[in-house]
Amino acid sequence: MIFRFGGDQSAFDPHGPIARSIATHGWWLLLVCIAVYFIVMTAFFIALARRRRETDDLPETSARLTRNVGIAVALTVLILIGIATSSVVAGRGLYSPSGAGAITVDVVGHQWWWDFQYHDITPSDVFTSPNELHIPVGVPVVLKAMSTDVIHSFWVPNLMGKRDLIPGIVTNTWIQADEPGVYRGQCAEFCGHQHAHMALQVVAEPMDKFQQWVRHQREPASEPSTDEEKRGKDVFMQSPCVTCHSIRGTDAGSHVGPELTHVGSRLTLAAGTLPNARGHLAGWIVNSQSIKPGNRMPPNALAPDDLQALLAYVRSLQ
Amino acid sequence: MSDFVHPIERRMAFTLTSEERLRRQLADTWYVPRGIVGWFSVADHKTIGRRYIITAFGFFIFAGILAGLMRIQLAVPNNHFVGPDLYNQIFTVHGTMMMFLFAVPVMEAMGVYLVPLMIGTRNIAFPRLNAFSYYVYLFGGVMLVATMLLNTAPDVGWFSYVPLAGPDYTPGKRADFWAQMITFTEVAALAVSVELVTTIFKTRAPGMSLNRMPLFVWSMLVTAFMVIFAMPTVVLCSTFLLLDRTVGTQFYNPAEGGDALLWQHLFWFFGHPEVYIIFVPALGIVSSIISAFTWRPIFGYPAMVMSLVATGFIGFGLWVHHMFATGLPALGLEYFTAASIVIAIPTGIQIFCWIASLWRGRPRFHTPLLFVLGFFAIFVLGGLSGVTLASVPFDLQVHDSYYVVAHFHYVLLGGAVFPLIGGIYFWFPKMTGRMMDDRLGKVNFWLFFIGFNVTFFPMHILGLEGMPRRIYTYPDSMGWGTLNLVSSLGALLLVLGGVLFVYNVVRSYAWGLVASDNPWGAETLEWATSSPPPVYNFLHIPVVEGRSALWNRSPDASVVTGIRSDVREVLLTDVMDAEPVTVTEYPEPSIWPFLCAVVTSAFFVGSIFTPWALPVAIPPLAVTLIGWFWPKKRDHAREMEEHAGDGTVPPEGRLRALREARA
Repeated sequence: MIFRFGGDQSAFDPHGPIARSIATHGWWLLLVCIAVYFIVMTAFFIALARRRRETDDLPETSARLTRNVGIAVALTVLILIGIATSSVVAGRGLYSPSGAGAITVDVVGHQWWWDFQYHDITPSDVFTSPNELHIPVGVPVVLKAMSTDVIHSFWVPNLMGKRDLIPGIVTNTWIQADEPGVYRGQCAEFCGHQHAHMALQVVAEPMDKFQQWVRHQREPASEPSTDEEKRGKDVFMQSPCVTCHSIRGTDAGSHVGPELTHVGSRLTLAAGTLPNARGHLAGWIVNSQSIKPGNRMPPNALAPDDLQALLAYVRSLQ
Repeated sequence: MSDFVHPIERRMAFTLTSEERLRRQLADTWYVPRGIVGWFSVADHKTIGRRYIITAFGFFIFAGILAGLMRIQLAVPNNHFVGPDLYNQIFTVHGTMMMFLFAVPVMEAMGVYLVPLMIGTRNIAFPRLNAFSYYVYLFGGVMLVATMLLNTAPDVGWFSYVPLAGPDYTPGKRADFWAQMITFTEVAALAVSVELVTTIFKTRAPGMSLNRMPLFVWSMLVTAFMVIFAMPTVVLCSTFLLLDRTVGTQFYNPAEGGDALLWQHLFWFFGHPEVYIIFVPALGIVSSIISAFTWRPIFGYPAMVMSLVATGFIGFGLWVHHMFATGLPALGLEYFTAASIVIAIPTGIQIFCWIASLWRGRPRFHTPLLFVLGFFAIFVLGGLSGVTLASVPFDLQVHDSYYVVAHFHYVLLGGAVFPLIGGIYFWFPKMTGRMMDDRLGKVNFWLFFIGFNVTFFPMHILGLEGMPRRIYTYPDSMGWGTLNLVSSLGALLLVLGGVLFVYNVVRSYAWGLVASDNPWGAETLEWATSSPPPVYNFLHIPVVEGRSALWNRSPDASVVTGIRSDVREVLLTDVMDAEPVTVTEYPEPSIWPFLCAVVTSAFFVGSIFTPWALPVAIPPLAVTLIGWFWPKKRDHAREMEEHAGDGTVPPEGRLRALREARA
């Protein structure tokens, strides 16, 4: 395209077949509409500025005007039929997967984070990846859209349009990236207090790297190796953390909040709110309410030593 | 004049000329009561209409201030001016108030004020219901303002999607206030619509057949019908919500077999016609202003009328384009794409006819016309962005993004508020007897026009760059900061324009040039009477001889006679041709509609807290309704007198006289 709109979430910066098809259609749509706008405005200014004549009130003038209005209406109808046709053609196959995808991922909306659940026939190979959707490059991935609380909307503008996540209703859609990269997405349906901080990352990788990632995700959490990490694990198990979060391979098994088995390897914290760095993690654990007011995680008044140990442990969950 | 003279008139014929005598008697009969009780008893459509308009502009200013707060919050990334809790309340109340308490009521208010004058009758039909509707609307609006000031306002968006607005995710009373505010305003809107339909169908001046009705009246008729068919749906769905929240029904709870999508269908089945309910009256205003400032009738009247009516019908077939992302079957979505695109045709026809009108006429660039020209530049763009939104694939990218925010401000502010402000400049002399300052008006227009575009145009680009709606802040790294700042600075110009408008209204009301009956030389009947009109509107009900009531009037135009002036008697005509049919009597002013509105409002507010409000409210409601409909003692006496044959004739006989007078 001639020029791009800036920013990470531009609909006109497509990196997948769906977004590309929409962007091409969108450009035509905008160009046609801009052209129509300028034609109508030109007629409008001519109507205002033209020199008035004695013949203006004659019936012949009226007849000519009627004819011109008729032509304008006919052109409008033709353009609209063109737009409708182009829309239907561009939309074909965009909304639901045309064939079997390489993999199927459940997209589950929560107030205010995302859970991506990777299916497998072996139950022990099923795993979840909160707020980070990993997909292999160049193949369609089927997404099953659902929600456990209110309505959210899954939207990654570089790759695809929106799909609402509606409680009580499961719908299928699909996503595909053509180039490796990290694509940002964001909840697009107002879902309460922290709607603004409900982002996600789509990580598109070549198939072999993706499979490597999947194998790693299936493994339980790594055991703490240093004394500090061991102490951190004890802190985790004895503090309120354990009431909401799960870490596979440990006793922590609650699914209220995001799973933390491999939290250390993720790009962001708190649904794209913060980069995943030690300082941010500390701030988040101690008082997440100052960062994302209204979120469901309570503040944790930990002793400084305990906090450092906990940070070491959580960071070690690679 | 007919040879029929009422005996009371005959008795009074001492010294006054008959005109002066009639004037005094009509003023006596159609009196507007005074005093505090009187203030709450008024049933005159002009007084109620004026109060409606002023109240609606009050809410407009309040909601506008909220918009200003949003623009401050979004001006820079990661702003902490307001937090998420307050921001969510602010955008919810802004949207709710603009839609339900400003845009719809102010358009209906214009109808309440202008329609009886434009069609040549003495008052709106069901005048007491009209007063009742105003107070119910006022109380509902005040309730919403109060919740905002008490920091307990609804915070789930003007669309209140479930389950977010349900009992599980919005505990407390915030969503209940929203649901009941809907009930308040919809009761008011439905009442006004019934009045308008009746007024337009049954009380037009003789000769004003349907094909001679002014386009503004047509637009109000279409709007009123749309309200009657659309609003019950939203009352239904908001009442379901209230029941879910207060008595434990499960309409919207998927866990108990309810359906979250049911809300969206019901809400948008109302919500999409709603935007046409706001926009169609504005089309009527545009037509009125263009014809007055080009001194030509609007080009293509039949096409204009058909377009209005078509808009009214098609407007009900588009609601799913608000739900393209929900995952409904693709074939169904494409039907709604087609329907959404089709509605551009009647709108296009009207735009082309107006351009033809401007082409043929000799435009005089006073403030009202400037606002209409601004409407063209803004609305055509908004309409075209609306066409892009009808395309499912494109919509999936821009849905719920700032592109949509830009689009609907272009069609609602540009499509409805610009004509409305133009309409205020246009009809201000009729309503107050004084002209608004044209020089200030032009400054006002340019502030609005430039401010509007600077504020809202960048939002198109923000939406295409992926900025979603309803977020209270955004990270610096998204690159949305500059355009948001530009938008916020534009809002400053809009505020200045708003202040100037209010200043101009106040100043002109006090010191404006005194207006003649028809200062613009316009064509419709409201300009035939004095500025401001007398309480009884017209000394003689006119007989209409053409589509442009005043321009087509012959010098010896006949007027209707035989209508009693000692009681509030009104001529009823038939629906198609406005042939006189009979007369009816409108009720006197009464305090009961106000009391009934107080009880109704107490019931609505009470039902937020307990379902027992309903049984408790029934007895006082019954009392006020009995008071409201209590028959007058005089009625019986008059009936006897009319049939006694003591020089008077029964209504049928008088109407014969009437028809003769026309012939």
